[in-house]
Amino acid sequence: MPIVSMVEHSLYYPVPRNLNYMWNFGSLAGLSLIIMIVTGIVLSMHYTPHTDYAFDSVERIMRDVNYGWLIRYVHMNGGSMFFIVVYLHVFRGLYYGSFKSPRELLWWLGVIILFLMMATAFMGYVLPWGQMSFWAAKVITSMVGAVPLVGESLMELLWGGFTVDNPTLNRFYSLHYLLPFVIFGVVILHIWALHTVKANNPLGIDMKGPQDSVDFHPYYTVKDLFGTGVFLLVFAAFVFYAPNYLGHPDNYIQADPLKTPPHIVPEWYFLPFYTILRSFTDDWWLFQILLGWWGMEAKLAGVLAMAGAVAVLFILPWLDTSRVRSAKFRPLYRVFFWLFVIDCLILGWIGAQPAEQPWTAIGQWATLWYFAYFLVMLPLISRIERPRPLPHSISQSVLGGGGGAAVAAAASPMEKSR
Amino acid sequence: MANTASTEAAGAAGAHDEGAGRRDFLFLAGGAFGAFAAGASAWPLLDSLNPAKDTLAASTTEVDLSPIEQGQAITVKWRGSPVFIRRRTAKEVAEAKAVKPDDLPDPQSDEQRFGSGAREQWLVVVGVCTHLGCIPLGQKDTDNKGEFGGWFCPCHGSHYDISGRIRKGPAPRNLPVPPYTITAENKLIIGKEQPKDGPGGTTA
Ligand code: HEM
Ligand code: FES
Repeated sequence: MPIVSMVEHSLYYPVPRNLNYMWNFGSLAGLSLIIMIVTGIVLSMHYTPHTDYAFDSVERIMRDVNYGWLIRYVHMNGGSMFFIVVYLHVFRGLYYGSFKSPRELLWWLGVIILFLMMATAFMGYVLPWGQMSFWAAKVITSMVGAVPLVGESLMELLWGGFTVDNPTLNRFYSLHYLLPFVIFGVVILHIWALHTVKANNPLGIDMKGPQDSVDFHPYYTVKDLFGTGVFLLVFAAFVFYAPNYLGHPDNYIQADPLKTPPHIVPEWYFLPFYTILRSFTDDWWLFQILLGWWGMEAKLAGVLAMAGAVAVLFILPWLDTSRVRSAKFRPLYRVFFWLFVIDCLILGWIGAQPAEQPWTAIGQWATLWYFAYFLVMLPLISRIERPRPLPHSISQSVLGGGGGAAVAAAASPMEKSR
Repeated sequence: MANTASTEAAGAAGAHDEGAGRRDFLFLAGGAFGAFAAGASAWPLLDSLNPAKDTLAASTTEVDLSPIEQGQAITVKWRGSPVFIRRRTAKEVAEAKAVKPDDLPDPQSDEQRFGSGAREQWLVVVGVCTHLGCIPLGQKDTDNKGEFGGWFCPCHGSHYDISGRIRKGPAPRNLPVPPYTITAENKLIIGKEQPKDGPGGTTA
């Protein structure tokens, strides 16, 4: 049975012995996906994808369906948990240089998953047909109108009408059901790629022999299980104590196509990208210097920048040319990495503010820094930086020079790697 | 297959060339046919996503204009979107006409938008911000009407004037004027082009 040999292969394949807790988020992302698919399938059995019934059917799930509230709250907060986990997973990759050779393909598959997740979550948020559902859908699909010449027709094609309406809800539901299974497929490729090139590790150096690795099972199955416990605790805390904390109260008002809520905000995981979208205004000097003068509309620039903010991850392997993977040995990169993290947090914070000064200006500087980090700073840093000397091998670093067969140390690799 | 090919290859040189030419042709013709078939079968699937016939059929809305006072605005639904109708005062019309189109981000005179004569007092625009589709404020007296006294979109701060033209903010274009007809009975039909010089006044 190929399945059995696949599982066996996964369990007994060699993994660097020095992985820290940042390596837990991959398995947690997989778990999140499974939780989303299982709860989603059950929700679908009670949900009605029609503008006249969708809102009420979700309320019915909340009030009348046995445990409906639980299943919906798990699905609703599960989306957020999924994004928390995946964002940490991605920043882990940035910090330890996991996107570099030979792991480019693995990285690209990850970026594709991120795009698919965003599309899925966006369309899922429309399904309950609340005010935020409707207006988020309206604002985001209207971005397509920025495409020159065919924008208008593309928008009608997307909506199946002249605005977001029942046909839109129906197709979003269909795609929201479909895409998670596409994600599932890409995840399998992602793991396949991982097993071909093997995991990176906090030192960013290659495994040189059996002394550098341990079997996935039982060492990392146990470690992943521990992480799963912590993850489920946080997850449960949201579901049972603050189920609506990450959502927006306006989504408990049924969608009204004639009335925009005073303050539209996307789900928290889209906030940084929303800021980038909104930063491109006609009077922003950077926009005028770069794009405005040859006649591009600010709206189109904003849309391209927002997509570019994720797409830039695709070309990361060419932007960061340093041969050293781990930020541990890259004094300059490390500083800029943390500045970048702060920048992303600022972008997220601004995304939740109204489109007024001083927020707009702060958002524009943060947007500038976001792209400058990738397109200017990274190539520059990798050229001028002098990395610290790399350890000879993982085992040498972990076991303090012994490099021998002292397997006992594998139980607490984190402390030993310092 | 492989057998046939090798038998042919083993044949006379002339026959072989002829066979190769035929194979190339069959390959190209087959490929072109396949590509066409794929495109032709993809099209119905894609086009099914476009607005359906019933959606298109529901595309006019009628409004009785007689009860609307000067300076009063109402909102009606046309093709799922709000349409702003405002009976403008003479002062508002004068204000809209005083603006030079060349100074605007999306140059259009008030006359180009709403015509002249009896017709010009009626402002009819699709009330959907041309930035990202929010509904601008300004239909109610208590609303924030923005810096140009027309409409203000709170989503990302677009200001429209009393002709519905974009004056400031991220929106690229004026609020669109839908095709509409004003009949002799003072009825407004949104979604139907006014016959030239119809009873409602001159169109531009
Ligand atoms: C990548 C995995 C998924 C993500 C990120 C995701 C995300 C979301 C989000 C954010 C919502 C809105 C929740 C709310 O505010 O009420 C939602 C709703 C919904 N999702 Fe998913 N989803 C995923 C997978 C699935 C799957 C696989 C199905 C079905 C097989 C599904 C079915 C539904 C249904 C029926 C709703 C509407 C009910 C509701 O709003 O609670 N989802 N999804
Ligand atoms: S949608 Fe009106 S300003 Fe953006």
